[in-house]
Amino acid sequence: MKDNVISEYDVTPLPIKIAARDVQVYYGDTHALKDVSVDIEDKTVTAFIGPSGCGKSTFLRCINRMNDTIDIARVTGDIRIDGEDIYDKRVDPVQLRAKVGMVFQKPNPFPKSIYDNVAYGPRIHGMARNKAELDDIVERALKRAALWNEVKDRLQAPGTGLSGGQQQRLCIARAVATEPEVLLMDEPCSALDPIATAQVEELIDELRENFSVVIVTHSMQQAARVSQKTAFFHLGHLVEFGDTDKIFTTPEDPRTESYITGRIG
Amino acid sequence: MTEMPKSKGSLLVQDARTKQRNNSESRFKLYGIAAISVGLLMLMILLFTIISRGAGAFQQTYLTLPVQLLADKLDKNGNRNLDEIKKVSTFGYAPLMSAALEAKVAEVGIETTLKPKAMADILSKDAAAQLRNFVLAKPETIGTSLEFKFLTNSRVDGYLKGRVTRASIANDKNINAEQLDLVDALIADGSLGKQFNLDFITGSDASDARPEAAGMGVAMVGSFFMMLVVLALALPIGVAASIYLEEFAPKNWITDIIEVNISNLAAVPSIVFGILGLAVFINYMHLPNSAPLVGGLVLTLMTLPTIIISTRASLKSVPPSIRDAALGVGASKMQSVFHHVLPLAAPGILTGTIIGLAQALGETAPLLLIGMVGFIASNPPDSIASGLMSPNSAMPAQIYEWAKRADPAFYERAWGGIIILLVFLITMNAIAVLLRRRFERRW
Repeated sequence: MKDNVISEYDVTPLPIKIAARDVQVYYGDTHALKDVSVDIEDKTVTAFIGPSGCGKSTFLRCINRMNDTIDIARVTGDIRIDGEDIYDKRVDPVQLRAKVGMVFQKPNPFPKSIYDNVAYGPRIHGMARNKAELDDIVERALKRAALWNEVKDRLQAPGTGLSGGQQQRLCIARAVATEPEVLLMDEPCSALDPIATAQVEELIDELRENFSVVIVTHSMQQAARVSQKTAFFHLGHLVEFGDTDKIFTTPEDPRTESYITGRIG
Repeated sequence: MTEMPKSKGSLLVQDARTKQRNNSESRFKLYGIAAISVGLLMLMILLFTIISRGAGAFQQTYLTLPVQLLADKLDKNGNRNLDEIKKVSTFGYAPLMSAALEAKVAEVGIETTLKPKAMADILSKDAAAQLRNFVLAKPETIGTSLEFKFLTNSRVDGYLKGRVTRASIANDKNINAEQLDLVDALIADGSLGKQFNLDFITGSDASDARPEAAGMGVAMVGSFFMMLVVLALALPIGVAASIYLEEFAPKNWITDIIEVNISNLAAVPSIVFGILGLAVFINYMHLPNSAPLVGGLVLTLMTLPTIIISTRASLKSVPPSIRDAALGVGASKMQSVFHHVLPLAAPGILTGTIIGLAQALGETAPLLLIGMVGFIASNPPDSIASGLMSPNSAMPAQIYEWAKRADPAFYERAWGGIIILLVFLITMNAIAVLLRRRFERRW
């Protein structure tokens, strides 16, 4: 039995990055998330699927404490990253978010240049000592986001002038530039066309080498394509969690089966 | 079995219902056009009235005369010591002026029975003082002869502008028909006529007897210093308050009450702020009466709600996705506000501030209570401190002051003052529009 991690959920040899136990989320009087316990592995893509309003985005936003910005939201339970309770009083959410990057549903580049979009995070975290180092970080991040070749000649052009798919990859570059350990993606492809979606999916697969990626998606095909683990949420409950192959072929819970065969949701 | 839908009839013929809808739509458009036309008409009438009545103030009648600046009168000791020259009062200059006019009358050959004293009455009571100021500024001119533009009496000015007629002066003891004959002769000679009146824009107020010398300049400086105070206080306080309320403050009943009160404050009559200023700044804190500093403080109180409301509106209009993006890469709340939200809201904040300033610039009522209205013929201040602390007026207060004086010549000046004030307001609003255009961002 490892320290801080309850071993009964340990089913795989990969190290556990995020361990959640009995997480409850309330928005005012609404009980949005009920008793969620899950272990998310390192260097793995974990997909959260489920019908709208099932709590999958809510849970994602718990992992980097973005729910803190909503006044009426209240989170209880225990979420640990590398064994450290992220809701501990000593944890500064700002520091946490440097470790847990996030990509949002709608591409939201800053209305600044492409360069400044990517350089913003490294700048505020003091990751570069000089301009050359910052240039390197920006280049590496844009390359990781598979955007470098498209924008290397116009780094000073506004980020908002890119196409939707490019903007989303810019947001991914911005998120990876700060060298997070976990990358949260909240329906990153829902505003993109099929070609841009394919590019981003390919990218997610590559990001797995360096990050633990958690992705919320409405598309079961997408979950099946990019993830190794899948969690199915329904009405605030985590119904089923396991290997993606198993969830999509032989789900244990009848609700999961109904959802993936299109009967609910 | 489903019932077949009834045929809708030909599309080429409008049915009754469509006709009715179209009619009501065109009626509504008509109401709108009518409303706008009424508004435009009123605006045209207003502008026409202001310009037609006020334009005269920008022209003034001057009599150009060669004048002998006799050294034995102006500088008895002949050593050009400025302190000694200053001892010669305007009464020392009046005879020179009078002599110059007599010489002109003789030279042109105008026949008149007027005594020299009565002839000189066509000139302004301020003319001698202006000559003295000119000599004090250029003492080297003493002993020479030069052409000087003497300001004429407001009645003469009114005669040239059509305000005073030979019929209307029957009971006027300031001017008589013979003096007007002299004026006509001087006009024919070309030495008397209307010229652009720079003194109206740069000069100070003048007493009741010399409306021709009154100007807006010093009141403009007073307004400028008040705006300086308002800008220096209301902008930082207003923006800081809005950022805190909008981005940091918890949403609870206390902030709700504050919010409601700020909105209420914006609707408080400005005279209330005036009496507050009188009570707090003058009676309690013993700041000087009539000082632009006090005026500025009072107007700051008045402008704050406007700035806070517009700043909060522009902060609200920044999409939350930008805040999420900043927080998502690990920016602190403050970094997300100051690096992203505030720059995006800046055009709106600037616009709101300029509109607030423009509103404060035109405000009169609170100034009445702190004594910034009345006959304040001070000289332009020589330093920022004296600009803030010495008694002064403000543009709208100066207009009010002129409008209530008896002499109709002041009436023209009040309208002229309104033109100057409007030019300032339009300029400020134009700057606000330009800033908005220039910095507006899309996302």
